[in-house]
Amino acid sequence: MPVMTIAKAINEGLRASLEASPTTLLMGEDIGALGGVYRVTEGLKAEFGADRVVDTPLGESGIIGTAIGLALRGYRPVCEIQFDGFVFPGFNQITTQLAKMHARSDGMLRVPVVIRIPYGGGIGSVEHHSESPEALFAHTAGLRIITPSNPQDAYWMIQQAIECDDPVIVFEPKRRYWLKGEVDLTSPSGDPFTAHVLREGTDATVVAYGPLVPVALAAAAAAAEDGHSIEVIDLRSVSPMDFDTVTASVQKTGRLVVAHEAPTFGGIGGELAARVTERAFLSLQAPVMRVGGFHLPYPVARMEEHYLPDIDRILESVDRALAY
Amino acid sequence: MDVVQSTAAGLDSNGNGVSPAAAGLDTPDMVQLMTADGDLRDDARFSDYAPDPDTYQGLYRDMFLIRRFDQESTALQRQGQLALWVPLTGQEAAQIGSGRAMQPQDYAFPTYREHGVALTRGVDLPDILKLFRGITNGGWDPRKHNFQLYTLVLAAQTLHAVGYAMGIQRDRTADPAVPAAASVAYFGDGASSEGDVHEAMVFAASFNAPVVFFCQNNHWAISVPSDVQTRVPLAQRAAGYGFPGIRVDGNDVLAVSAVTAWALEHARQGKGPVLIEAFTYRMSAHTTADDPTKYRASADEESWLARDPLLRLETYLRANGTADSFFERLEAEAAEQAGRLRRAVLAMEAPDLSQRFGTAYAEPHPLVQEELRFWQDYEAGFAPEKDGGR
Repeated sequence: MPVMTIAKAINEGLRASLEASPTTLLMGEDIGALGGVYRVTEGLKAEFGADRVVDTPLGESGIIGTAIGLALRGYRPVCEIQFDGFVFPGFNQITTQLAKMHARSDGMLRVPVVIRIPYGGGIGSVEHHSESPEALFAHTAGLRIITPSNPQDAYWMIQQAIECDDPVIVFEPKRRYWLKGEVDLTSPSGDPFTAHVLREGTDATVVAYGPLVPVALAAAAAAAEDGHSIEVIDLRSVSPMDFDTVTASVQKTGRLVVAHEAPTFGGIGGELAARVTERAFLSLQAPVMRVGGFHLPYPVARMEEHYLPDIDRILESVDRALAY
Repeated sequence: MDVVQSTAAGLDSNGNGVSPAAAGLDTPDMVQLMTADGDLRDDARFSDYAPDPDTYQGLYRDMFLIRRFDQESTALQRQGQLALWVPLTGQEAAQIGSGRAMQPQDYAFPTYREHGVALTRGVDLPDILKLFRGITNGGWDPRKHNFQLYTLVLAAQTLHAVGYAMGIQRDRTADPAVPAAASVAYFGDGASSEGDVHEAMVFAASFNAPVVFFCQNNHWAISVPSDVQTRVPLAQRAAGYGFPGIRVDGNDVLAVSAVTAWALEHARQGKGPVLIEAFTYRMSAHTTADDPTKYRASADEESWLARDPLLRLETYLRANGTADSFFERLEAEAAEQAGRLRRAVLAMEAPDLSQRFGTAYAEPHPLVQEELRFWQDYEAGFAPEKDGGR
């Protein structure tokens, strides 16, 4: 199996979708000759032409809005938003138009638009380049939200997003773009809207997604040295959320820690905590712990290592859950 | 064009903005093929695109019937049968003229007042009222009529129209047998201030998309006059994007039809977008929840009565051989339409929430399925028990 980075895996996934169907097209800022600021679309314009790998004018609402129109004409546009913090000029088109079109039309209109958003911090960048706004979109019915954490998932999930008849936002963990792994080019990694158990354990469950998955795995390895058996789940899909897989794990371990970069208040961890509590209250040996960003605007680069959840912050919550 | 005549601050002595956009109907560059008195006029550029005289009665019939539909819908709202109504009276020529200029393969993206365009696209008029009765947020199959659903977030649909036009371009590149077509983006003077209109025009120009931007400048965005939205005639904005902009007398159905036909041909031939500003007037309220007496003078409204889009065509028709019986038949047809509309509205069944769980997503969604099961169980708890009841 070939080894590639997450960025390359997405690139290969996009190439496969472009080859598979003439209706797939890419749009975004600087995605053509430059190949995107993260080079995720590198080489695709040369291969598929400017009509299918479209360098758009600089306007996020324009990108999403015209993608909706293209979808109404039968296309499957894949929009690149350059950075997480720049999605907001397109927020209206995503939430009031894209998300609602199928329901508004009583199921008559499908708008299979994919929106790729590099997200998360840890790259030492300037304001608006390190955010994790997934909860803002998860709150909107009509959208699906997935986030791969490894090259295998990245390769397949982008293709599955394009094939999906619903709008899908793919949050790409930008600080892991260069993380390498094997990719099985012949066998998909399953339903993209389900969670995967990456490490089995018996004492506590740690759920993470996107950029924090490697951190959660490292925390589990460290806990093992202290004699604690931690189960690690990669959530993979934020909406819909695979409550069944997490609940089954908690029924086994009795403890749950949810980790994400986004602020905990009003976030994905809170949703997961509530659902698991409803489903497995009597299995819980401790309150569900959340590890995440603080209720602050994302801090400047020189502070972000203190702000972002790391191995120690996850272990601190695991310890509190174990000691409860 | 005229220079803005105003104080340094751009305000008149009352502190109100003044601009050529408010200067009135007689702007020298406004296309007109029929005067308010019903006299025909020549236009060097657009007379060739004017509708054939044997279609005049049909255009009048469309405008007449949609005005009566508007009046009946207002009545239904007043009687509590509709939650809200959005009147179009005054804008019949702009809508019928532009709608009738379209060909079947063209695709219109309306805002929420385009009942006249809906008529021209073959939408069954009672279907329009489903949205306003709270039955659905849609009401018709857009693909059947090439007429998109009403869009209530102003200007959002202008981008959809551009994207759709970009799709037409790609379809024709892939298969030249695909018929040349254009999309039409409807919006108003108020929505012209929205950023989406700007982005739509930038994208359309950059990609030379076959789209016609059709702006009905009806002078009022609820209570705010058009000179708060723009300091120049809206049609002039097209120059900044690099495509033609034309101001047409929006109450002259012949001129609107001609200019739209020209613009659609321009777009279909691959020459790029066009902006049409139909200069018209919202003779009624913004919606049935609105009260224009709070913000505009009755003299303003009265000054537009003489420019009524139906009146001038009726004057022409009566002076040119159309018999009284034509107008009498229309009256009967409108009365029949009103009765049918009323019966249809009263027969509309209340929607069932459980159906909505099937339309939020196109593909199965476990949370929605779970919540549907909850809802069905919850509802079942209220059903009478089989043996003996409660």
